[in-house]
Amino acid sequence: MEETLQIEKPTQPLEEREDVIKVEKLNKWFGDLHVIKDVDLTVKQGEVIVILGPSGSGKSTFIRTLNALEEFQSGKIEIDHIELTDDLKNVEEIRKETGMVFQQFNLFPHMSILKNISLAPIWVRKWKKNKAEKIALDLLERVGIPEQADKYPGQLSGGQQQRVAIARALAMQPKIMLFDEPTSALDPEMVNEVLDVMQNLAESGMTMIVVTHEMGFARQVADRLVLFDKGEVVEMAGPEEFFENPKHERTKAFLSQIL
Amino acid sequence: MASQKKRIVPLWRNKKIVPIVLQIIFVLVMGTLLWILIHNTRIGLNRMGIQFGFDFLNLRAGFNINEAMIDYGTNDPYGRAILVGIVSTLRVSFFGIILATIIGVVVGIAKMSNNWLLSKVASIYIDIFRNTPLLLQIFILNFAVFLPLPVIQEAIKVGPFYLSNRGAVIPWFSGNENTWIWLILIVIYLVISISIFNFLMKKEIEEGKNIHPFLSAFSTFAFLSIITFFIIGVGPVSVIIPDHTGTAVTGGASLTTPFLSVLLALTIFASTYIAEIVRGGIQAVPKGQTEATKALGFKSATAMRLVIFPQAIRIIIPQMTSQYLNIIKNSSLAMAVGFQEIVGVGNTVMNQSGRTLEVIIIMISVYLFFSLTTSLFMNYFNKKFQLVER
Amino acid sequence: MYSDNVQQEEKVNNQLKGRDSTSLQDNKKAKISWIIKKNLFDGWKNVLLTILTIIFSIFVLYQVTAFVITNSWDVVYVHLRLLMIGQYPLEEIWRLWFGLYYASLMIGLTWGLWKGAGKAVAFTFGSVYFIFAVIPWTTVNTSINLAGCIMLIAVGYFFGNKLERLKIPVIILWILFLPLTLGLITGFGGIITPVLSRYWGGWLLTVILASISIVGCFPLGILLALGRRSTLPAVKYFCIAYIELIRGMPLIMVLFIGQMLIPLFLGGETGIDNVTRAMIAYTFFAAAYLAEDVRGGLQSLPVGQYEAAQALGLNKFKTTFLIILPQALKAVIPALVGLFITILKDTSLVAIIGLADFLGTARRISNNPEYLGRYMELYIFVAVFYFIFCYLMAYVSRYLERKLSRSVN
Repeated sequence: MEETLQIEKPTQPLEEREDVIKVEKLNKWFGDLHVIKDVDLTVKQGEVIVILGPSGSGKSTFIRTLNALEEFQSGKIEIDHIELTDDLKNVEEIRKETGMVFQQFNLFPHMSILKNISLAPIWVRKWKKNKAEKIALDLLERVGIPEQADKYPGQLSGGQQQRVAIARALAMQPKIMLFDEPTSALDPEMVNEVLDVMQNLAESGMTMIVVTHEMGFARQVADRLVLFDKGEVVEMAGPEEFFENPKHERTKAFLSQIL
Repeated sequence: MASQKKRIVPLWRNKKIVPIVLQIIFVLVMGTLLWILIHNTRIGLNRMGIQFGFDFLNLRAGFNINEAMIDYGTNDPYGRAILVGIVSTLRVSFFGIILATIIGVVVGIAKMSNNWLLSKVASIYIDIFRNTPLLLQIFILNFAVFLPLPVIQEAIKVGPFYLSNRGAVIPWFSGNENTWIWLILIVIYLVISISIFNFLMKKEIEEGKNIHPFLSAFSTFAFLSIITFFIIGVGPVSVIIPDHTGTAVTGGASLTTPFLSVLLALTIFASTYIAEIVRGGIQAVPKGQTEATKALGFKSATAMRLVIFPQAIRIIIPQMTSQYLNIIKNSSLAMAVGFQEIVGVGNTVMNQSGRTLEVIIIMISVYLFFSLTTSLFMNYFNKKFQLVER
Repeated sequence: MYSDNVQQEEKVNNQLKGRDSTSLQDNKKAKISWIIKKNLFDGWKNVLLTILTIIFSIFVLYQVTAFVITNSWDVVYVHLRLLMIGQYPLEEIWRLWFGLYYASLMIGLTWGLWKGAGKAVAFTFGSVYFIFAVIPWTTVNTSINLAGCIMLIAVGYFFGNKLERLKIPVIILWILFLPLTLGLITGFGGIITPVLSRYWGGWLLTVILASISIVGCFPLGILLALGRRSTLPAVKYFCIAYIELIRGMPLIMVLFIGQMLIPLFLGGETGIDNVTRAMIAYTFFAAAYLAEDVRGGLQSLPVGQYEAAQALGLNKFKTTFLIILPQALKAVIPALVGLFITILKDTSLVAIIGLADFLGTARRISNNPEYLGRYMELYIFVAVFYFIFCYLMAYVSRYLERKLSRSVN
C-alpha cells in the first residue's frame, strides 16, 4: 500500500520544510461584491490547514481559486512552485498536483466505482489500465470499501460515496488535497467514517486544506486554523491558541456561536 | 528570484488568448464557407442570366389563386400574390389553432377521466393520429373523404350544413345595422357584470358565506342581454343559413375541399399533442398539492381552480405556444392538395419567375417573423406568470 | 405495508395512468369488477358518459369493419411490391433480403440478451412477416424468405438468451448494420453493381431516408448543442442562429431549399440526385431539433460534474466526451426516440417534391386511371404501416423512459 500513495512523510520540523502553497494578496470580486480581500497564506509540506468561518465568508470560494475552479483578479497563487497564471499548461499541472473533494461528492453516476477512480489516472496521467485499476482497488481498501468496486455511485450511501470521492482524488497521486465541506451533505451518522479517512490521510503526511464545520476534527487534526469572515483572514493560529486564547473579537464571537 | 521566474506565456497556452484565437478561426472557417456558397450562387445565377433583386415583385403574376381572402386577379403583381399566400396561411392557422385547442383540451381531460372507457377511447384517438404522418391525414381527408362526395347539384344536407365534393357550406354570421349598438351595449354589460363579480367575490371572502358571485354576475349579463334583445328586436348579428338552389349553394360561408381537409387534419393532428400537453401539465403539479388542498377541505373543483390550474398553466403555456407555431408551420403542407398558402404561392412564383433565392428569402423572413413574434409573446407570458408566482 | 386506503389511492392513480400495478394483476377478477363499479357506473354523470362512449365506439368499430370487409383491396395487393420496394431490380432483390435477415437476427439476439422492450419489437416484426408470408398475394419465394426471417428471430433469441457474452459483438454488429445493409443495397458506391437511387421506392425509400437522416443528424446535432452552450460567443451565437432559423421554418421549405439551392450553392451543375438532396435537407433540419433535445440533457446535469472532472485534470474535450455527453445523451433517449418517430413520419413530405417514397408511391398508384377513386384502401394501408412502426417506437421510448427514471436513484 505504500506504493499506492507516494507521500513522503516529512521528517524535518515544520519551519524547515518547503512551502508547497503560497498565496499572496489574493483578491476576488463577483461583479461588485468583494469576496476575497488581500488574503495571504503559506502552507508547508505535510501541514494540515483547517479553514473555518460563517457561511458566505468566502472560504469555499478561496479553496476553489486554488485549483482554478474560480478565477481571481489580483494577487498571486503558487502551488508546488508552479504559479497559477493565464498559462493553460500551469493550470493543467496544478490540477494534477491537487486533489479536490466536494461537498456533493460529484461522483460520475454513469461509471462504476472502479472506473470513477481509475478514469483520471488513465486519461490524464496516461497510465496503463491494469496499473490504474490496481491502484484504484488499493485505494478503495484504504478508504475501507473494497467490496463496492463494481457498484455504481447511486447504490452507495452518502458516506461511502464521499470516501470514493476521496479515493478518486488520491488516485491522481496529488501532493495537496483540498476538501470543500466534505461532510456537510452527509447524514450525521456517516460523518465520522469520512473524518476517519481524512485523519488517516493527514497522519500519513499529506498536505491538506480543509473547509469544514467539524470542530472536533479541526482541533484534533489541524496544524493551523484559519478563520474567514467577509472575505478576510481574521485569525490564523495553532489549535491550542485558536480555541483557548483567540486574539480577535470576531473569532470569539464565532466560537461562542459554534461551541 | 520568484519575480524573475515570470516568463512570457506562449500564445497557444494563454487562457485569455486561446478563446479569442479559437473564435477567430471559427469565424474565418464559417466566413470562407459562406463566401464559397455566395460566390457559387452568383456564378450560377449569372450563368442563368438572373440578376439578384426584389424588383420582380412588381411584375405581373399572371396566375390564379383559388380562395384569395383579399382582392387578387391574374393581373396583380407577384408581391400581391405572396401577400395572398400569407393571409391564407394566417387564416387556416387561426381557425386550426382555435379548433385544435378546444378538441385538444377536451381529449386531454377525457384521457384523465375516472371513466375507464372514456380515457381509453381518448388514448386510442391520440395514438392513432399521432403515429401517422400529417400529410397522409391531409391526403385521406382530401382525396378519400371529401372528393368522393356527390357533386354540388346533389349536395348532402346535414342540418344547416351542405356537403359536396367542392367542400362545405356552413351558416355564417353577418352584421346588421344594430351590430354597433349591440357591441357598445355588450361592453357596458360586461363591465357591469365583472364589477358585480368582483364586488360579490370580495364580500364572499370577507364574510365567509357562499353568495354565488359567478352565477350572479352571469345571470345579470344574461338578463340585460335578453332585455336588450326584446327592446331592439334583433340579435347582435344575423345568422345566414345557406340555401340550396339546385346548381349551387348560396349564403353562409363556403369552405373548399382543400381548405377543409387541411384545416381538419391540422386540427386533429395538433389536438393530439395539445391533449398530451394539457394532461402532462396538470399531472406535473406535485401530488402533494392535491393532498394539501384535500387536507384543507377544498372541494375538488375549487382546488383545481385555485391551486392546480394556476400551477399547471405555467407548464402548459410555453408548450402550447410552440404547438401553435407548429400549426402555422405545418399549414405549409396545404400546398400538396392545392390550397395556396405562402409556401404554395411562393413555389409557383419561383417556378414562374425563376427567382428562387429571392422567394426563399421572403418565405424565410415571413416564418421568422411568425416565430419571433410567438417567442416574444411567450416571453411576455412567462414573465407575467413567473412574477405572479413570486 | 400500506393501509387499505393508500392502496385504494394507488389503484386510482395507476388507473389514471393506464398502468397496471402488480397488486392489481394478482387479483384480476377484483380488478374487473372494480373497474366496472367504480369507474364506469359511479353516479349518473359517469353512466351517461359510459353509454355515450359505448355508442360512439360501436359506431366507429362498425364503420371500420364494414370498410375492411366490403372493399376488395386489390389496388393494394396488386401493387404490393411497388409499395414496399418501388422499382428495385428483381435480380438484385437478394440484397434486400440480406438486410432483412440481418435485421431479424439482430432483433432476435437483442431480445434474448436484453429482454425488456425487445420482446415487443420482435413480436411486431414477426407478426408483420407472418401476415405478409401467409396472404395469398405474395410469391412463394417471398413467403419462404419471410419464414426464414421469423426463424432467424427465434434463433437469435435462443442464442441471445443462452450466451450472455454475445452482448459486445451484438452492439458492434448493430453499429455495422446500417453501413453494411445500406452499402449493399446501394452497391457500396460502385464496388458491386450499383443500384441508383431512382430505383429505390416505397417503404424501402422511406426507411432509407429516415435512417440516413437519423444517423446523419446525430453528430451535427450534438455539435450544435455543445456549440450553443459554448463559452465562446462567436460559436454560441452562430449555433443559436442556426438552430432558431431552422426551427422557425417549415420542413417543406427546407426541402425546397435543398432541392433548388444545393445545386446553386455548389456552382450550378452537380451530379447530386434528388434523393441525396432530400437526405441532406432532412439531416440539416433534424440536427436543429436534435440539438435542442440534447441541450435539455446538458442543462439537466449538475455543475458539480464539470467541476469534478476539471479538478481531476481532465481537459474540456475529455470532460465533454467522457463525463458530460454520455450522461446527457442517456437522459434524453426518450426524447430522441420521439424525434426519430417524427423524422420517420416527416419523410412522407418528399412525396410533395416528387419522390416515390411510401406515400408518394401510393399517390402515384391512385392516379392510375384503372384504379381511379381507390384512394381510401391505399391510404389506409399506408397509414397502418406507419402506425405500426411509429407506435412500436413510441412504446420502446415509453419503456426506456420508465426504465431510466427507475435507474435514477
